[in-house]
Amino acid sequence: MEIVLVIMVVGIGLGVLLKKHPKIIKTAEYLTNWAIYLLLFLLGVSVGLNDDIIKNFENIGLQAALISVTSIIGSIFLGWFIYTFLFKNKT
Amino acid sequence: MKNSLTIFAFFVLGIILGVYQWLPDTLITGDWSTYVLYALLFLIGITIGGDKNTISMVKQMNYKIFLVPIGVILGTLGGAYALSLFYGGLSSKEILAVSAGFGWYSLSSVFISQLHSETLGVVALMSNVIREIITLLATPLFVKYFGKLAGISSGGATSMDTTLPIITRYSGKEFALISIFSGIALTAIVPFLVTFILEF
Repeated sequence: MEIVLVIMVVGIGLGVLLKKHPKIIKTAEYLTNWAIYLLLFLLGVSVGLNDDIIKNFENIGLQAALISVTSIIGSIFLGWFIYTFLFKNKT
Repeated sequence: MKNSLTIFAFFVLGIILGVYQWLPDTLITGDWSTYVLYALLFLIGITIGGDKNTISMVKQMNYKIFLVPIGVILGTLGGAYALSLFYGGLSSKEILAVSAGFGWYSLSSVFISQLHSETLGVVALMSNVIREIITLLATPLFVKYFGKLAGISSGGATSMDTTLPIITRYSGKEFALISIFSGIALTAIVPFLVTFILEF
């Protein structure tokens, strides 16, 4: 998956170079949306073909909710700390 | 929000077509999502690199602005790791990878289903959607009790777009820039962090 890093870095570099061409950047944003739609469609197809996922939907939902709640608690806690010491009364 | 609904419509359409197998064989057997994913990463790279605000924003603010996304990363991974100590249904690696989507469900779900499994991809999709929904609904409360960074912290990568309006409303305009910066920084790091967690 090193290819992920390469592709992304090349993209960012190209974006920096193309900064003065907002039309190209806008087109990239538009295509990004369609790539996301297509990928979620394809993910939906694999999910629909996968009996394990359909059968375990409740369990998957529980795991998902547990992870989101603990992630949010952790972030807010650390954010609260950063806010109290560095931002409060200073912005 | 309109965008999120469209994404869901495509996802649900895919599920329905998959369940009833109303599909050409090439779509089932081919490796289409890998190539579309590469295209997507490339496009996202261009939009991040081409964003006029990113660099000027960093110049305006001091080092403190970097601490906001760093706090979200460490807080999220810390919270998720704590969960893995009590909950045995998934490995700590799997839990950390899902949490490292920071609310960006579209990319993290596809990414994780490619790198790991479709089942974990669906966990990532739901978990990160839930993160966005909780942020949209609870930001007023979070800000009231845990300070003006709370909505930004909870929103993660979504604080640059979908949850920005609610964050700006309850934390104030002076936090809008911080919110956008934090969202962009987290968006840029999701592909790297998820890959790193799953591969090491």
